[in-house]
Amino acid sequence: MRIGVVTFPGSLDDVDALRAVRLAAGEAVSLWHGDADLHAVDAVVLPGGFSYGDYLRCGAIARFAPVMGEVVVAAEQGLPVLGICNGFQILCESHLLPGALIRNDHRKFSCRDQRLRVERSTTAWTAAYEPGQQIVIPLKNGEGGYVADGTTLAMLEAEGRVVLRYVGGNPNGSVAAIAGISNARGNVVGVMPHPEHAVEELCGPSTDGLGFFTSVLARALAG
Amino acid sequence: MTADTVARAAATPDQPQPWAELGLSHDEYERIRTLLGRRPTSCELAMYSVMWSEHCSYKSSRVHLRRFADLPAETPVGKLLAGIGENAGVVDIGQGYAITFKIESHNHPSYVEPYQGAATGVGGIVRDILAMGARPVAIMDSLRFGPLDAPDTARVLPGVVAGVGGYGNCLGLPNIGGEVVFDVSYAGNPLVNALCIGVMRHEQLHLAKASGEGNRVILYGARTGGDGIGGVSVLASETFHDEGGPTKRPSVQVGDPFLEKLLIECTLELFAEGLVTGIQDLGGAGLSCATSELAGAGDGGMRIDLDAVPLRDSSLVPEEILMSESQERMMAVVEPVGVERFLQICGKWAVDAAVIGEVTGTGRLVVSWYGQRVVDVLPRTVASEGPIYERPYARPAAQDALGADRAEDLPRPTSGPELRASLLRLVGSPQLADRSWVTDQYDRYVRGNTVLAQPENAGVLRVDEDTGLGIAVATDGNAGFTALDPYAGTQLALAEAYRNVAVVGARPVAVTNCLNFGSPQDPGVMWQFERATAGLADGCRALGIPVTGGNVSFYNQTAQTPILPTPVVGVLGVLDDVTARVPSGFAVAGQLIHLLGNTHEELSGSVWAAVIHDHLGGSPPRVDLSGEQALAELLRHAGRDGLIAAAHDLSDGGLAQALVESCVRYGLGAQIRLPEELDPFIALFSESAGRVIVAVPPGAEVRFTDLCTARGLAHQVIGAVDVAGPDAALDILGQFTVPVQELRRVWTATLPAALM
Repeated sequence: MRIGVVTFPGSLDDVDALRAVRLAAGEAVSLWHGDADLHAVDAVVLPGGFSYGDYLRCGAIARFAPVMGEVVVAAEQGLPVLGICNGFQILCESHLLPGALIRNDHRKFSCRDQRLRVERSTTAWTAAYEPGQQIVIPLKNGEGGYVADGTTLAMLEAEGRVVLRYVGGNPNGSVAAIAGISNARGNVVGVMPHPEHAVEELCGPSTDGLGFFTSVLARALAG
Repeated sequence: MTADTVARAAATPDQPQPWAELGLSHDEYERIRTLLGRRPTSCELAMYSVMWSEHCSYKSSRVHLRRFADLPAETPVGKLLAGIGENAGVVDIGQGYAITFKIESHNHPSYVEPYQGAATGVGGIVRDILAMGARPVAIMDSLRFGPLDAPDTARVLPGVVAGVGGYGNCLGLPNIGGEVVFDVSYAGNPLVNALCIGVMRHEQLHLAKASGEGNRVILYGARTGGDGIGGVSVLASETFHDEGGPTKRPSVQVGDPFLEKLLIECTLELFAEGLVTGIQDLGGAGLSCATSELAGAGDGGMRIDLDAVPLRDSSLVPEEILMSESQERMMAVVEPVGVERFLQICGKWAVDAAVIGEVTGTGRLVVSWYGQRVVDVLPRTVASEGPIYERPYARPAAQDALGADRAEDLPRPTSGPELRASLLRLVGSPQLADRSWVTDQYDRYVRGNTVLAQPENAGVLRVDEDTGLGIAVATDGNAGFTALDPYAGTQLALAEAYRNVAVVGARPVAVTNCLNFGSPQDPGVMWQFERATAGLADGCRALGIPVTGGNVSFYNQTAQTPILPTPVVGVLGVLDDVTARVPSGFAVAGQLIHLLGNTHEELSGSVWAAVIHDHLGGSPPRVDLSGEQALAELLRHAGRDGLIAAAHDLSDGGLAQALVESCVRYGLGAQIRLPEELDPFIALFSESAGRVIVAVPPGAEVRFTDLCTARGLAHQVIGAVDVAGPDAALDILGQFTVPVQELRRVWTATLPAALM
């Protein structure tokens, strides 16, 4: 199964996402921001980083990258897409997911091992988890505060589209402690924490993040 | 557009020049005239003045730094592939890999403009590492501020930390460790020392020299602007502008980490395609430095067209273009046949690039501006043959009184409750309190190879995913010890960093250093510097590890008062199997805790003396480098064989602080029976060197004890790791008990309370 990882100028965690795909026994494929071609991948990861420096607004430039036109079309047709951190911001800017990410309420960049609850395990990226399962994976961002208007929020909760929620304190002021959401179909998921940094005992706080990648691979195998 | 050309300089020998305003002495100015056989042009004057500055020329330190160059160019695991004099030293770590690492100061800019000063400090050291041919893989930062409660610390510290984080995080480099120190001597002169580590294959090594007549000189990266011009604007405004003309530009540079990230990826792709024959980053002194150093180290000359330099500000005059310290720029020497591909790769990464000159056979560095020759010099006279001073040095008269004022004579706690109170005061002191307010602002995970990071003893990285080859790096400095005895204090910093690398299971192999001192024109400061370099060189010789490079920062003082002498030492270690790394925290109840090394009554310069008595005097702990070496060897073998589950270095705060940190890490308690032959106060708070505590799994007890005995290392069991949970406590049997929750609360409260 081929999983593509997009490199934008300023992407940083692309190497980590590629490694996570390999460790989950997938074929990792590098995709280039300027190349409007998904090279027949079965799923796409938009990795963390600071695309185009994020000097304007996180993800605001990246959404116009040639590759994103393809990602949006494919996502609307059901291709699994995971946005991590900056990738989540890009998915919001691209209107594949509702709401926005704003500066952390404490106004500092924050890197920590974060406890989370998997609220929805029926998405393309979280099927390997039990509903309500608690996991610990790294969270690291300066603009990770999730916001949405009341109607959107009510819709996300009613449709069960909150995928991850912070546990043990809200680290950045996200509304309803939301750490990740999905689209209605469950193929597009955006998360602020970094599952790709929790895939090996040696270099992460846990291996709790591997499930995101095994989930999508299992789904792809199931056809 | 007319410039002060070489011809004009020859024709107007008596024209007054602002050499003093540019920081040159009269003798230095006369020497330039002698070298050239005429007065310098204003461009030449600008180049010489900045390249002959203390910062670029090491003119006051060079006679002492020779001691490092005299050390054998070998490490315990291989040869030095590049040493002192290059952008950064390069160490062979086996399996075809090499590590390049270096620490550098950005002290004064960080005081003037904390965020940008610290950010560009990171940017500069990262480009040094990149210029060696390596991929930068991690950074560390060694920070020193005034008292935590000083108003200016609230201005400087958050800005510096945000700058280190903002730049490093945006580059995608994990920050894996460093130091944060508070002392009143840094109140008007904080220290920001940044370290970068790079990994390369041996064959990727690149050097900063321009060779091959006809090869092109390409400047790429950011456009050149008016930032960081500093003193040179004196010259520019005197020569070219009316009085009250353009405003002086700020002399602190502004960084663009996004561009630097592109520059890194672009440069690595250029290396991979073999397009670069010589390369130099642009840092201090900008184009003046890069052109003169590349040409000076090469076998020919160089011709540069300044009008070909892409500018951000078209009003810049040639002196300013030569001096600009605009960030995120690199200069490469490229064969003509490779130029087109070079420019293509730059285009892929949206990095500006321009051919601005070529390598010549003349032996001279010739710079033109719109056809006018504004510089014509022998490059080495600018780059490497600047003045060298043997500054007078003398042991300050006050040193004797300082040494006689021993902390061992201060009143000390005697009962269990008094010891408990002292311990809690130390744990919550700015000196020892939890640093996560700082380190949580740094990404420690990016690139996925971080095995250990702060608050561990050393940062540990995986280098090869298949073979498990890894490295460890620690930085340490102890300015208090160094003030009491600069020779011993510097060796104690070396010993501590060496020990910290060994504690995680690595074999220490090489040293980098950043020497932060006051004015070299103060004989007392120069004495400290001379003793410190001697201590470091002798220490490295004894330990069998080379100094691979480093940086000197002088003039760290407020008015006439210098900072405490602050040599910061970084040690690199190698782990053949990084999965055998040893973490610092107690994790399994029932493991026995051993104390290795000897404890003496050594309290002078200790954190206890500073926190409880605001005292600095006496003699620092004794140094035993062969003991350190034996300890390091033992730790490496025990770690490799799985005989130790956790280990913690004993340094600031002594045994007490090491136990506290080991308990707090995972919330486990410990029961400790202090050695009977020692006064409990000495056992807890003495800062004798050469000591660690280790937690040994039950099944490994006999083998571990045998190993210590066979190696003749002092060791004794002082207790056992206790259970986790709400009742977990650090129990000093017969003295006092403190719940781990209370330790954590006290330890973690201090920085957030002062900085929120």
